[in-house]
Amino acid sequence: MNIRLDSKIPSGPVAEKWTKYRQEMRLVNPANKRKFDIIVVGTGLAGASAAATLGELGYNVKAFCFQDSPRRAHSIAAQGGINAAKNYRNDGDSVYRLFYDTIKGGDFRAREANVHRLAEVSVNIIDQCVAQGVPFAREYGGLLDNRSFGGAQVSRTFYARGQTGQQLLLGAYQALCRQIHLGAVKMYPRTEMLDIVLIDGHAKGIIARDLVTGKIEAHSANAVVLATGGYANVFYLSTNAKGCNVTATHRAFKKGALFANPCYTQIHPTCIPQAGEHQSKLTLMSESLRNDGRVWVPKKAGDGRHPNQIPEDERDYYLERRYPSYGNLAPRDIASRAAKAVCDEGRGVGPGGRGVYLDFSGSINRLGKETIEERYGNLFEMYERITGENAYEQPMRIYPAPHYTMGGLWVDYELMSNIPGLFVIGEANFSDHGANRLGASALMQGLADGYFILPQTIGGYFATNRNGKYSTDHPEFKRAEDEARARTSALLSIRGRRTVTDFHRELGKVMWDDAGMARTEKSLKHALDRIPEIRQEFWENLNVTGSADELNVALEYAGRVADFLEFAQLLAFDALQREESCGGHFREEYQTEDGEALRNDDRFAYVAAWEFKGIDQFPELHREPLVYEEVRMTQRSYK
Amino acid sequence: MNLRLRVWRQKNSTTKGSFATYQAEEVSPDMSFLEMLDVVNEGLMRLGEEPIAFDHDCREGICGMCGLVINGAPHGPLPATTTCQLHMRSFKDGDTITIEPWRAASFPVIKDLVVDRSAFDRIIQSGGYVSVSTGGAPDGNAIPIPKEDADNAFDAATCIGCGACVAACKNASAMLFVAAKVSHLSLLPQGKVEEDHRVLNMVGQMDEEGFGNCTNIGSCEAACPKGITLDHIARMNQLYLKALVKNKFQ
Repeated sequence: MNIRLDSKIPSGPVAEKWTKYRQEMRLVNPANKRKFDIIVVGTGLAGASAAATLGELGYNVKAFCFQDSPRRAHSIAAQGGINAAKNYRNDGDSVYRLFYDTIKGGDFRAREANVHRLAEVSVNIIDQCVAQGVPFAREYGGLLDNRSFGGAQVSRTFYARGQTGQQLLLGAYQALCRQIHLGAVKMYPRTEMLDIVLIDGHAKGIIARDLVTGKIEAHSANAVVLATGGYANVFYLSTNAKGCNVTATHRAFKKGALFANPCYTQIHPTCIPQAGEHQSKLTLMSESLRNDGRVWVPKKAGDGRHPNQIPEDERDYYLERRYPSYGNLAPRDIASRAAKAVCDEGRGVGPGGRGVYLDFSGSINRLGKETIEERYGNLFEMYERITGENAYEQPMRIYPAPHYTMGGLWVDYELMSNIPGLFVIGEANFSDHGANRLGASALMQGLADGYFILPQTIGGYFATNRNGKYSTDHPEFKRAEDEARARTSALLSIRGRRTVTDFHRELGKVMWDDAGMARTEKSLKHALDRIPEIRQEFWENLNVTGSADELNVALEYAGRVADFLEFAQLLAFDALQREESCGGHFREEYQTEDGEALRNDDRFAYVAAWEFKGIDQFPELHREPLVYEEVRMTQRSYK
Repeated sequence: MNLRLRVWRQKNSTTKGSFATYQAEEVSPDMSFLEMLDVVNEGLMRLGEEPIAFDHDCREGICGMCGLVINGAPHGPLPATTTCQLHMRSFKDGDTITIEPWRAASFPVIKDLVVDRSAFDRIIQSGGYVSVSTGGAPDGNAIPIPKEDADNAFDAATCIGCGACVAACKNASAMLFVAAKVSHLSLLPQGKVEEDHRVLNMVGQMDEEGFGNCTNIGSCEAACPKGITLDHIARMNQLYLKALVKNKFQ
């Protein structure tokens, strides 16, 4: 395929691009909109808001999710908040400042024009959500409350206690329900996309499996929108929901969509450590805990004493020691890697030695237990529920965990992939967070894409591409359907000895050890050796019970892990070629003297967009240069 | 610890189900309840048997997908805790644990412990929203909302739609679920505008789905993992009556 990466960024000053685009974009007349069918896969913040808004505009929408209801998508678990440049605090915030903070937070690896647009529409999101009845936190005067969040010097984060994601998702879900009721959206819950169908190079439908009946069916449309989230479960253990998977985006990749920056993965420093082999997922604890907790490990390797019996002079407060100015509040990536380093030295605590202490005893003595309880009571309770330990009496144990993935399918300014008619929104695309996402920005991006950007830009595609919709009898649909059926039967016919979880766990360990928090050329090459071996054994020795024509949880899972086993290689390829450290991608060979990420703007100021060339073939790299017109790339420093 | 599990197995919605007994061995007290089931399932699959099907996703108590009746109690013995947040330290060596799906005519069993809760979606579709389309919303601070109202609305809005309230109720009533949404939206000025239609439509849909009536026992409140309280039902009844009367004399 001869691919030319055209980002379609409008000309003119960055602050005027979105206005200019909207002035010049082609529109679809209201009476014609109902002639267009749109498939939306995934119903998280991005998918639900897009499906609802497209329905309101008059399009015919078919929305799909694998959960039993669109209200369950993993956006629901986001705790912190959502950023918006409202400047309600009068503390100097502006669209430009939010734009700049996001670009800088992303370590200068995001596209300027997209990020500026994100900051512009952030203010509309809050208005929209309030109008829907989202119960944001308020002050006594009745106005919206804000708090500050990492990577910003202003208070621009709107929140609904520790459940902002839930409340925003329910707002989008309710808007979606309204459109379902009005007949504008047809909802397919418990239905999983298995493949995408291209006709004459355009995305014209999907193949999906009804998870209850097992029936594999083709669905046709004029355009397809993927809102299928991130791929952090490639590490097996992550803070993602169990069902989160890469299948939809990976299938699109195999059909020719470019996958951009897969190596940009975010590790969150404050999660509850793994308790044993049985562990199925990791739970995030709000980062705010580091405001009052001190991080330490024993000085001596293998010190098995109870933490309260280890005297002060035998403790190593390693963050305070290594980063005296920032101490326990060192940035996410630094804190994460430092924890890994002390555990690698054998000084980790708790089961398996993969944990460090977060100690509140000093703060409790200084401020009193009540103050700490007031600030973090719910977190201490959650911690006790999971670990059985009382963090008022002994230090918490924490360890970093994969949390969010900045990479995703490559999209242009219109959020369309290089496949015409295939749009990608939310965490599933690559566009706005660069190499690292700031807190409270994921919700903002998902809703910006779904409510305000895609519903505008998709009209341009319909207005300029008259090739319409095809019957599902078209040979391309039949072919894709047969392939999906064959893949399902192949998984069921191996009849080997190992379970899907077994393979997923094995893959996750390789990815975490070799391509996780810190990567080296050697570790990545090791991963690239190991992944095909695991994949080969998977296809020879997997055991999936049951049949294809019923609810079969093992079969669903097997299909997802089969795709992770291919995708993992792409992640490692990308991490290997990016010979620099930036944001969430840390190559040990490229760091400053004090252990900060060392970027190489001369060689790597580009988006790495990968083209599929066959399993086990080196994918082809296409580079989209990152041209900064507004901001100057600088060394990121939070000192 | 070692446990004996009595688990409801049912091939599909048209087949009759029954209890099967399994041994769960070397269960760690640090496992979550669902992780314990994962381990049992791994063992079953190694023997070539089909795993026990159950719904789950986020495993941090917020998505509302999981839900098992454990020893007769929806979500198990701990108050305000979803099944995924229940840990095995709540049980002791040698225990027998009975695990069943939600039991309600409006939640038909799909397979084993998986039930169809789409009735809840249809209730929300009938009116559980504010009718605003994207764009054109006034500034977020245009209408001040008393903090107390916003906090009360939030308390109702924390419902995760798991269905434990229905499973706990002897009448399989969905009043707590419906009331939580009616209450959340009616407490806010944005939702006030269409509160009459909303409550009539949602209660109408609830009845159509075949959920039972409320007899004020409060088992729903006791089972709710998010601590939604009965006063939301009282508020809904009030709104319903008001809407009914207004409707009659219009």
